[in-house]
Formats: sequence, structure tokens, C-alpha cells
Amino acid sequence: MPAAAKMPPPNDNPQKALVLNRVTRRFRVAKRIVPALEGVSAATSPGLVTGLIGPDGAGKTTLMRLIAGLLALDEGNISVFGTDVSAAPLKVQGMISYMPQRFGLYEDLTVQENLDLYADLQGVPAADRPAHYAELLHMTGMKPFTSRLAGRLSGGMKQKLGLACTLIRPPRLLLLDEPTVGVDPISRRELWQIVDHLVRGAGMSVLLSTAYLDEAERCDEVLLLHEGQLIGAGKPTDFTRAMTGRSFLARADGTPKRMLQTVLAATSGVTDALIQGEAVRLVLDASTGPETIRPPGIMGLKLSPTSPRFEDRFIDLLRAKTAAQTPAAQPTQPATIQAPHDAAIEVAHLTKRFGVFTAVDDISFTVKRGNIFGLLGANGAGKSTTFRMLCGLLPATSGRLRVDGFDLRTAAATARGRLGYMAQKFSLYGDLSVLQNLRFFAAAYGLRGTRRVERINWALNEFELNDYANATSRDLPLGFKQRMALACALMHEPDVLFLDEPTSGVDPLARREFWRRINALADQGVTVLVTTHFMDEAEYCDRLVIMAQGRILATGTSEELKTASRTTALPSPTMEDAFVSLITADSAKRTGQTA
Amino acid sequence: MNMLLMRLRGLVRKEILQILRDPSSIAIAFILPTVLLLLFGYGVSLDARHVGLGLVVDEPSAAATSFAAEFRRSPYFTPHDFASEPAAERAMNDGDIDGFIWLQRDFARQVTAGQSPAIALFVNGIDANNARLIENYVDQSWAAWVTHQAAQAGIANPTPIDIEPRIWFNPAVSSRDYLIPGLIAVIMTLTGALLTALVIAREWERGTMEALMVTTVSMHEILISKIIPYFLLGMGGMVVSVLIAVFLFGVPLLGSLVILSLASSLFMLASLGMGLLISTVAKNQFVAGQIAIITTFLPAFILSGFIFDISSMPAPIQLLTHIVAARYFVAILQTLFLAGTVWSVIVPNLFALLIMAVMFLGLARLTARKSLD
Repeated sequence: MPAAAKMPPPNDNPQKALVLNRVTRRFRVAKRIVPALEGVSAATSPGLVTGLIGPDGAGKTTLMRLIAGLLALDEGNISVFGTDVSAAPLKVQGMISYMPQRFGLYEDLTVQENLDLYADLQGVPAADRPAHYAELLHMTGMKPFTSRLAGRLSGGMKQKLGLACTLIRPPRLLLLDEPTVGVDPISRRELWQIVDHLVRGAGMSVLLSTAYLDEAERCDEVLLLHEGQLIGAGKPTDFTRAMTGRSFLARADGTPKRMLQTVLAATSGVTDALIQGEAVRLVLDASTGPETIRPPGIMGLKLSPTSPRFEDRFIDLLRAKTAAQTPAAQPTQPATIQAPHDAAIEVAHLTKRFGVFTAVDDISFTVKRGNIFGLLGANGAGKSTTFRMLCGLLPATSGRLRVDGFDLRTAAATARGRLGYMAQKFSLYGDLSVLQNLRFFAAAYGLRGTRRVERINWALNEFELNDYANATSRDLPLGFKQRMALACALMHEPDVLFLDEPTSGVDPLARREFWRRINALADQGVTVLVTTHFMDEAEYCDRLVIMAQGRILATGTSEELKTASRTTALPSPTMEDAFVSLITADSAKRTGQTA
Repeated sequence: MNMLLMRLRGLVRKEILQILRDPSSIAIAFILPTVLLLLFGYGVSLDARHVGLGLVVDEPSAAATSFAAEFRRSPYFTPHDFASEPAAERAMNDGDIDGFIWLQRDFARQVTAGQSPAIALFVNGIDANNARLIENYVDQSWAAWVTHQAAQAGIANPTPIDIEPRIWFNPAVSSRDYLIPGLIAVIMTLTGALLTALVIAREWERGTMEALMVTTVSMHEILISKIIPYFLLGMGGMVVSVLIAVFLFGVPLLGSLVILSLASSLFMLASLGMGLLISTVAKNQFVAGQIAIITTFLPAFILSGFIFDISSMPAPIQLLTHIVAARYFVAILQTLFLAGTVWSVIVPNLFALLIMAVMFLGLARLTARKSLD
């Protein structure tokens, strides 16, 4: 691709902030050698924000640690401003600052004590400290909290304190490893403002890794990693420009959006089809014109051009790389089972308190049968607690909960038999093979004899796990683990499916694959309740609630929520914009109340 | 300020703040030794004391009462009276008493006749060690009583029964005085190793080690910053243990305090070194704790000579005891507490402790690399 070809030949050029030359690192897992990075070569320019972008397991953290001199290279070399990392790790460590994924804070120490510690470690002269502290505290808005223990800070504040600690001695190269993962959108935006300020104001070079593709567009240049290989490098605009004229919004009167998406995704010439609001976002092959898209059985298809996104290019590159078309060729033609439109899940005035802390505060919502319902919110918003109560794993403090017609207070076991649950970390037995896991879960759900054999065969075929049946599940790629977890949750054909952050860290192709299955399930009448902190996944949901601090801020379809936050300044808000405006309005209201 | 000193100051201050805020290290340094000392000090004893002993007297007589009184006075027995032999046997079977003495019908007559009376002693033999002790105590009491009776009657010692001569028994020396000093060594092994192993594992768990390693701090500094505060904390625990030994358990401390401090310091460094070594392998607190108990506490308990005599172990095991630092410390502590500053014992063991401290700290330094590999 052109962006990669434009890259200068890697050398130890001190004009470059970072030069990666055939960087290779492998890990020994059990008896196998697993490559984490394979021959990655790239260079980044000083004074820019470089995004290191890729899903979990792409090798982002390994690359960060190699640059920081925390891991040894197997092959190749890395130089930071002309200094080789393997040859002089301490010298490089003197030029960089690194914020690891969990921010590297001491939770028993106060904000001020953390700053003092890092100032001592980085040798900041005592005379410079007051001015420097003042600047950092001002920039991060942490001034009122200097005597608070770091462990008592919210996720977003920890992230900012972590950043302040890494900036205590302004580095030439700042390494941020997934600084925005799991923090709320407002904190994400604030972090980006700080990063921009640093780069523009202090001329610092930043390497920031992220699994959020929408963050790529905020970087000056990006390195795209996938399964340990560099699949693209360049300016984000170069990536999107390559997609000019290939992105469309598709609508067809009389065809439900999910059915339209399923059909379009299986149409030849289509690179990507995913639901966005009430339409289907369509990305076409470079050689396919919009007029040639004639999906069978869809009347009145209308395609309107839309501006390309970074994610479109990523999918395009991944498709080229893996040459894996969505295997939806055997049309999972939506079964038109007319599910009764009664409520499958009813939640009324649900509250959960842990001591004085209210984790879930008087929430109410109803989910219709065959709907996909989303719980959206940052970490700590109360999503997982709500989930555990719905699964009957945690007793509610007060309120009413009905799943599939059964009250969870009186018939938790019966209700549990009607639901499938896929936990956040895919709670499978890593030492067992795929088949052994399936057998175990089938047995755990009480399936016996021919029914058990049938369901296991169904799972192996439906989720294309036959080739992996005897593989140890620990060694499966994340996308396959996710498939297997879903297969296990569906073993007893539940009417209601609970998915807790199902796509966290999974690569975009696997995410699409996953959502294709979920859509098919919903069309068959299965009610799906999903939590996510990916704002764009809200688009897949029929209805959703936005949660913050245990409360529901808004309920509606994604379209309704976005429309509500439309302003003249922001005529076409994204889901994230809607979220941010809701949170801001809510906190303004609350401070107004207390004032 | 010197950069190195500034970094060290920062690290040590951080460590001290963590100790103050997070009670777990204080618990390891002070509560753990106290609890273990109380538990073992009161619980583990090689002496028989307050043994429940049944007395069956078929025919009350002055002689029988006088003999029974011997047991009632003894601190080793808590006598219980039974009307008949079967009743006593039942009580023994129920575990109420550990043994009983049966003074048969013609006891008084035989004593007055100057004959050697037959007394029957029944001992519950399940706990063989305890049974042996009871048997010996009863033999002793019997011998004392008979001698006393004979002296009163003006008869020379008739030596009515055979006293086993190979077990030397001296009621003035309690086994606790001997056990407590050794116990201190065992406890300090665990405390020292746990302190460093757990706090470093905690840094790995919370991801702070990664952040530390990227700064220009060297591995020496990280290790030294762990040793200084936890050395002080561990020595604090040592002081508490010695105070408990001397003032609560009344163990005499005859040797030099200076030598005691020197030996304890060397031993604490060796233990902290073991903990650092463990932390290079164990990256979470649970594993670190398990390894610390298995590799430090158990060998110190079994192979240090604190309970089990090293010279009676098989030769290969004896060889193994040489790498157990507690072995040398146990020898020093037992000598310092009970015998005084006996240089011929102290000097070689101090030297061995020095080697141990250097070895473990050196190994920890060699294995700890500033890398996540």
C-alpha cells in the first residue's frame, strides 16, 4: 500500500524519534514458541503523536516494552533518537517516560506522594518542583485532590495522575500503553487534550497505543499492527483517503436493518457491512461500483455516499491480509419466527448497595423478546452489578427483576435455566480442549444422551470450531475463544442471552463475525442483553440505556439518543458525543442541585 | 542532591509510607511472630504437665493416701479418683485421663510388712512419646515415695522397682526454655522472607514494578530500597520476640546482647535475601507466600535442629541442613539464651551466617534483572 511504501528506510537516524528495524520477539508458551512481533520495521517523526493501533494480542504492549528496554529483542534493533535500546537501555530510559496499562501508581500513596516519588526517581531538582507540580496539577485538574490516596481516585483521575507522574521530568519520547482503555469518554477526551497540548506546546514525541480505531483519527501518524505484523503506516488521512468513494449508507424500505446487513454482508464486492443507526454502513471493494450492488430479494435499495472512516481502511487491509470473507455465504436467512412481543426482561426500581456505596441506583427498563438491548457506560457505571443481579448471582437490595417471566427473587434457579451467560473474561477451562469444554458445559446444563451429542455437533459446526476441536483452548486466538464462549452459553438453547463486554479487545473482523451471529440469534427470537463500553457498538442495539454512577441517564434507540444531543455546533453527533453531552448535562444538574 | 541518593530516598520513603498505610507488612513483622510464639510457646512442649492421671485405691489406708498425695502435689499430674478399676479404664478409653494407677487390696499390708508392693500402671500408648513420659514420671514419683517411706522407717533404700537409667530427667529444666530460642529463629526465617517476597510480588501484581523499571533507577537501588525498611521492620519483630521470650516465657538470656544483635542482623539479611530471591520467580503474592512457607519455614522447622536433632538425621539430610540458615541461628540463639556467650559455638556459626547472608543477597542480585523477561 502507498503509505507503507512512502516510509523511509529504517536507520539510526537521530532525526527520527523512534526507529524500529525488523523488530522480532517471540514468547515461549508451554512448549510452543509464539511470535508476538515479526519483523516490524517503521520510523516515527519527532514532535508528533504516533498511534500504535491494533486489537488485543497484536503485539502493542510487547512493542512498548521493547522500546522501553524492559524486554530483550530476539532479532532486529530499536533506536530512540539515535540511541540503540539494547546497547544503552539506561540512556534510552533517561530519554523516555512510559505509562504502563495500569498507570504504575502506588495506591497506598496520596497524589502528592506519588508525584514526589516519581520526582525523586527521575531526579527532578527540588528547586524546580513547586512550579512543575503546579503546572502538572493544573493541566490534569488534580489540584483539589493532592492529599487523596491514589487508590481512591476514579479510573479517569488515575489515568491523569499516571500521566502526570510520567511527565514529572518532561521526556523526549512519551510512551502511553492503552491509556484510554476502560475510562469514560470524557476522561478520554481530556487525555487527548493533554497529549495535544504536550506535543504542540513542548514538542514532545508521543507513541500511544490503543485498540479504539476511532482514536486513530486523532493521531498525526499511525502504525497499524495485526497479529504481530505491521500492516500499515502513515497519516490517518492517507488511510481514509484510500477509501474515498467506497463508503456508503444503505437503506431499503420494508427491509429490517439487521436483515439488510446480513444480506449485504454476503453480497460479492462488499468489504464491510455494519449497522449504523437506522442504516447499514457499506464499504465496497476498490473494483466495485455502487450501481453493481444488487442483493437478491431486497427491493428499493438506496445507497448514499458517506465519508470514509479509519476503521473502513483497517477492515479493508485485514481482508486483504487474511483474505477471509465473512463466511456468511450460506445465507443464515433470518428465520421469520414471529416472536411474541412481550417483555423478556423486566427491571423495576432495582437498587444494589454495598454498605454505604450504591452501585446500582433505582434503575428500571424493559426488554422486548427478540430485541438486542444495550447497557452502555464506562467502567464502574454499575453495568456488571446489574448483570450479576439479572443472572441471579447477586441478590438485589430492592426492586423487581423478572427474566422470561420468572421472578429472580423467588425462582432464581428456574430463571437461570432460561438464560445463557457469557462472562467478560470468557470463563472457560484453558487446560481443556475445545471439545472437552463443550462437553463439560453441556453436562453442566443437564443435557444428556443424543441431545447432548446433537448440541455439541451443532456448536462445532455453527461456530466453525471443527478444526480446533482438539486444540487446547488456552492457545486459541482471542476471536476463537470468544466463539467458544458463546457456543458454551448457547448450549442449552436459552431464550435470553447475557453478554458482558463480549467484544472487548477482539479484533474488528472477529467483532463483526460475532455481531453477525448475535443478530441471527435475535432474529430467531432470542433476547440479548449486552454491556459494552464501545460507544459504536450501541448501533447494533435495538434499544439501549446509558448508565453512569449506577443510574440510568437516558433510554432509547441509538438514533433517538444521538438526535437528542444534536446542536448547531454538532449537527451529526456520534454515540460518544451523545454520551458526553448526557454526562455533562447530568453533572451540571447535580452540582446545581447541591449548590 | 546526589541523584542516586535522591532516588534511594524516594524509594525508601515510599516503602515506609506503604508500611504505615498497609497493615499487612506490620502484621507480618509483629503480629505473626507474636501469634506464632504464643501458639508454639504454650502449645508445643516436650514436657508432660497436668497430665490427667486416674487413681484407683481398693482399700483406703494411710500408706495409700500418702502415696496418692505424692501425685496431688506434683505439677505434672492432675489426679482423678475412681472407685474401681473398670471405671478408670472407661475414663481412659474415653480420653478423659491419659493413664491410671491401681493400688490393689493388699497395698498397705505389703508396705507395712516392708515388702515390695505391687502397683499397676496403665498408660494410654497412642501417643508413644507422652506414654513414655508418664511412665517415667510415675517411676520417679514412686521411687521418691518409697525412698521417703524407707527413710522414715529407718530402712535402707530397698529399690523396689527398676528405674530405667538411660533417660535422664531433671524437673528443673523445662523444654520451653530450650524450644523458644529455636522458635525465634524459625519465625524470623518466615518473617524475613515473607516481607520482601510479598512486597515485591505486590509491585508486580499492581503493575508498579513495570513503571519503576522504566525509570533510570538501577536494580541495585530497587533491591536496597526494599532491604533497608524491611530490615528495620524485621529487626523490630525480632526485638518483640526476644522480649516475649524473656518476659512472658521467662527464658533466661545469659549471653551478650551485642552478639545477639549482630547474629540477628546477619540472619535477617539472609532471610530478606531469600525473600528477594523468591520474588524473582513469584510474580504474585499468593505464589510468593506459598514458596516462602515451603522453602523457608518448613526447612527451618525441620532441618534447623530446633526440635529434631541434626546428628541423628541420615547423612544426606545432614548435608542438606548446611544450607538452612536457620540452623546456624538456632545454635547461636540456644547458646546465647541458655549457656551464655560461648565463643567456640558463636564464632563458627556467625561466620556461617555471614556466608549465608552474602550468598542469598548475591544470588538475589544476580537473578534480579531490570527486565520483564
